[in-house]
Amino acid sequence: MAALDPVTLAVLKGRLEQIADEMDATLFRSAFNPIIAEAHDASHGLYHAETGETLVQGKSGLPIFVGAMSFAVKAVIDKFGARGMISEGDVFIFNDPYEGGTHLSDFKLVQPFYRDGKLFCFLASVGHWHDVGGNVPGNYNPVATESFQEGMMIPPVKLFSKGELRQDVIDIMQANSRLPGSLYGDLNGQINALRLGNDRLGALLGEYGADTVAGAMTELRDRAGQLMRSLIADMPDGRYSADDFLDNDGIVDEPLRIALDIVIEGETMTLDFSRTSPACAGPVNISRSTAIASCYVALKHVFKDVPANAGVLEPITFVIPDDSLLSVKAPKPVGGYTETILRIIDTVFVALSDAAPEMVNGCAYGTINALSLAGHRKNGQRWVMFSFFGGGHGGNPEGDGLNHGNAPISTATIPPMEILEAAYPVRFTQWALRPDSGGAGRHRGGLGAIYEIELLEEKADVFLFGERGRFAPHGVVGGRDAALNTFTYEQADGAHTPPMASKMVGIKLAKGQKVRLETPGGGGYGDVLERAPDAVAEDVRLGYVSAEAAAKTYRTIIAADGSVDTAATEVLRAESAQ
Amino acid sequence: MNDLSRKTVVGVDVGGTFTDLFFLDEAAGTCGVAKVPSTKPDQSVGIRGGIAEGGVELGAIGTIVHGTTVGTNALLERNGARTGVITTTGFRDVLEMRRRDRPQTWGLWGSFDPVVPRDLRLEVDERVLADGSVHTAVDPDAVKQAAKILLERGAESVCVFFVNSYANDANEKVALEAVREVWPNPHITASSVILPEIREFERGSTASLNAYLQPPVGNYLERLEDGLREGGFGGQVLIVQSNGGVMSAKVARELPVRTALSGPAAGVIAGAYIAEAAGEPNIITCDMGGTSFDVSLVADGQSALTAQTSIDFGMVVRTPMIEITTIGAGGGSIASVDRGGLLQVGPESAGSDPGPVCYGLGNTRPTVTDANVVMGRINAERPIGGKLDRLDVEASKEAIRVHVAEPLGIEVMEAAEAIVRVANAKMAGAIRLVSIERGHDPKTFTAMPFGGGGSLHTGALIKEVGLARALVPRYPGVTSALGCVIADMRHDRVQTLNTMLDMLDLPALNKAVEEIVIEAEGLLDGANVAFEGVERLVEFDMLYLGQTHTVSVPVPDAMSGSKSALDTVKIKTAFEEAYKATFGSLLDGIGIRVMNLRVAVIGTRPKFDLALLAPSEGGSVEASRTGARQIWFDGKWWDSPVYDRLSLPVGAEVPGPAVLEQADTTILVDPDLTGTVDSYGNFVIARKA
Repeated sequence: MAALDPVTLAVLKGRLEQIADEMDATLFRSAFNPIIAEAHDASHGLYHAETGETLVQGKSGLPIFVGAMSFAVKAVIDKFGARGMISEGDVFIFNDPYEGGTHLSDFKLVQPFYRDGKLFCFLASVGHWHDVGGNVPGNYNPVATESFQEGMMIPPVKLFSKGELRQDVIDIMQANSRLPGSLYGDLNGQINALRLGNDRLGALLGEYGADTVAGAMTELRDRAGQLMRSLIADMPDGRYSADDFLDNDGIVDEPLRIALDIVIEGETMTLDFSRTSPACAGPVNISRSTAIASCYVALKHVFKDVPANAGVLEPITFVIPDDSLLSVKAPKPVGGYTETILRIIDTVFVALSDAAPEMVNGCAYGTINALSLAGHRKNGQRWVMFSFFGGGHGGNPEGDGLNHGNAPISTATIPPMEILEAAYPVRFTQWALRPDSGGAGRHRGGLGAIYEIELLEEKADVFLFGERGRFAPHGVVGGRDAALNTFTYEQADGAHTPPMASKMVGIKLAKGQKVRLETPGGGGYGDVLERAPDAVAEDVRLGYVSAEAAAKTYRTIIAADGSVDTAATEVLRAESAQ
Repeated sequence: MNDLSRKTVVGVDVGGTFTDLFFLDEAAGTCGVAKVPSTKPDQSVGIRGGIAEGGVELGAIGTIVHGTTVGTNALLERNGARTGVITTTGFRDVLEMRRRDRPQTWGLWGSFDPVVPRDLRLEVDERVLADGSVHTAVDPDAVKQAAKILLERGAESVCVFFVNSYANDANEKVALEAVREVWPNPHITASSVILPEIREFERGSTASLNAYLQPPVGNYLERLEDGLREGGFGGQVLIVQSNGGVMSAKVARELPVRTALSGPAAGVIAGAYIAEAAGEPNIITCDMGGTSFDVSLVADGQSALTAQTSIDFGMVVRTPMIEITTIGAGGGSIASVDRGGLLQVGPESAGSDPGPVCYGLGNTRPTVTDANVVMGRINAERPIGGKLDRLDVEASKEAIRVHVAEPLGIEVMEAAEAIVRVANAKMAGAIRLVSIERGHDPKTFTAMPFGGGGSLHTGALIKEVGLARALVPRYPGVTSALGCVIADMRHDRVQTLNTMLDMLDLPALNKAVEEIVIEAEGLLDGANVAFEGVERLVEFDMLYLGQTHTVSVPVPDAMSGSKSALDTVKIKTAFEEAYKATFGSLLDGIGIRVMNLRVAVIGTRPKFDLALLAPSEGGSVEASRTGARQIWFDGKWWDSPVYDRLSLPVGAEVPGPAVLEQADTTILVDPDLTGTVDSYGNFVIARKA
């Protein structure tokens, strides 16, 4: 067909994104569980009829889902499309993480969209359900060694067959959840979102014609690819490597290497993870689709103006060896996938920092820090306080990193401490920024946080699933590393730290005892000696950096009145520069 | 307008460029408008000038109702007072840690600069637990010591913010008294007074922003009142709150954070009233300014309220306010072509200074206004606002050619139309999203444009969104000022209860409601304003046990006169109705929790008959025609008649293509649309039959 005029293209781009946005809004409004309704742990989009590639994404979708959804659609195409088993009116449902990415809590709904009897594209919806069975309510099992311990697994099956709802599928899922009502509410919300997307896309095709819209989708993908290629071409050819480590898998106390070699050649880029450790026993494995999805997230953070569609990945080749940590098959456990994908994202930032220092930032705090305190109240009622905690973002070309941000894979916020205290028998004794936790540099990494929690009931069981206890978030472009993650828990004989750094189950806490989590900041950006002494003095005045660290790391001497001792600083910096 | 008697009510809306005034004398059955340039830094100069421009004696004015942006601007420009915070040991960073969010989804750059820097946030030992019990009592001397340090460090205002003070304000009250003893001015805020609601960051942020605004808003209102009184004014000054209700100037000085969205709220109030009179209960107001497009939804005559908003990243204000969605698509939004060859409009904006290329003030990148000028939709020879003599059409064309037409390989006119189409699509998207989020079908709504630029784009919005029609008020440029005149007085209170429904202490609850009502009605009485009646609304935020998100539960029969008559059955019934309406079905067998009590006391102010605004008898379409010009629609020039909007008579039919001009607005009628003047003087645009 004739090339699409640029005006219609720009208008259709907005209209298509709007459809995904409206699907998001529909689910957020009607979802039952707060993980979707409040934390917006969901995503919607339009996907290619033959390849499953992402055509259009909404603005408010959860970043890691945005990367993973095309794999979910591809799984449906592979399983059903090849056998001619996709019909108008079908909706597929599944949570298989090896096919569709992420973990068992995320349920994907995939719906073929037909125009005049012909498959035009797919619509899909993913949302994090509250409870999908398994050994642990809420499905975060830090000591899982098989996915069977993490929850039910539904392979791609038909939820609707030619427009007919299959109630038996819902019955099976509800029977496997501790919260069947919540499950049903979320499922209906996702069905509503697909229905709305279906109507909106139908209206758009009616208005512009199927050929024009299909042309626009192809064109938008091509242009995103073109934009990516031109940005890659600006980077010098070469091989750029970054190695980082997970502390351990929570089962065996050995570091796991995540190694990335990026090869830039002209306008293409290869992301090669060949040097990465093999699959492990604990739940920090991920599937190949999750690995690619996390690379997509990292690239989108770097190439932030490129539209969110498959064009982003078009000039990219992936090398991920089978049965490495980053490409496991069932039933290897994947519940702790967040830690691994955060590390992948860090390696992308660090590797690209040599190729395009003006486009990247220091690593963010790099761990989700899943902390659970649970016990029984005097009346026998069970309580479980489970939450994720924040840390600093990396310094960047524009300025210092954000203090206490959320993880790059998510946009979720932390619950208010007053809500936690009102709901659980705990008292926070500190909720504060953590001085000296940001990596030093011309632009300092943002600060991590200190959370200290005292138990008010007689006893509680505690587990923590975190990372960065032994390998700190890296700085880039000469910036220094941030502080390590630390966790201490009180016992009758004093304070302890977990033998496996940031992972531990089975901690028994007694009334009045505390746990204390100190999270990493972000890595620094640029040489510390390029940080203006006045900026260091300001950091000291505000307590972001201690006077000792100012002298030792920033080579800046702060006088008693808080000002810079210029003469002493110049001497110190001159020494360091040599 | 010299015959206005002592009963004149004046609505004043001070915007970034203009100060708009609306004068109403109900007794005489007359009204009028005035528009003068806003004055900086002291807006009150412009207000007095506007009143003079309207030809009204200050002594003849009974009430001045004011929508102000002093607070909004102080927040946006971050030039509020140097403020200190005194808080609980261990928690001084709550305000800086926010709720662990980030500025954008994609890209990890950007940081947060708290309004109160870390060295002005001091801790004192004290602690209240979530059940309201005092774990550690506060030492007043320690508080005084902290206050003195803050004064030494230059703080002009102070906020006391303790964790869990929503559950028990005893420690905060002691601290507040202690601060009062040493603080040299009245600029003191306590978080439990501003917002006794659970969620420490939101409460602390709202309270500290209140303290941040007390000096600038307080000083401004004092200057305004002094100036007016010196001129012989003897009436009341009322201030519009973000919730669309008014409060006395005295209350506004204490609670300036409630003025965060004062100006836009008044516009929505006016929009709802005008539309209801015209028989349109469902409207979407669209206010297009230089940098932004603000959308608000009114369903069944009720404007949507939201519990909180972010003025900027991390700058959270939690007070009930009219829900206004803002997108970056204004007249000053810049059009560009990205490296992938895609046309973009906004969010970058040239604002009003330097403004569009055609202003000739230094910007060379084309904006939405430039596109409208090139297409003849804006009259280059008679720019609205009166700041410039004429607009530079050739400069606009050149900018569009260089930055849009050539990169896209298309003609200049095509490019100009493209810019407007992309901007329209963004506005239409905002309208659709606002409707969906509120659970409405946009097709049943009427667009109501106001502000300078909205009426240029309504035709496109009708077509893109599928709206029924658009209704352009008679004075779209002074809608907010008109809203000031009709806004009711409203006081909202919230109190966190956080208890199971069946554990509610009903006598205590009823007593609390009555106390709130008495306190709020005291404020109504103290304002010395005539009310037609008083409404008392009681609402709860409720949820099922285990959920974290609440639903709003209005209890219609909560009050019997000024007596609170709440019981468990009434609250439960109301909850089940609200829950069903939101989620479709109930969760039988799960406990119900009552999180917050919300009470609103509304003093309804007399309304005026909008027919006052209607065009006078006589006149005709032909006589109103002032000329014709070429206007670009759908790829070609159309010979389009131009009319003087205000002289069109009731019932006048104006088929498109056409342009209606009035002092502050240009209304465009697309070739496939037609417009009619209704009996109130509104111009109603719909598809041609």
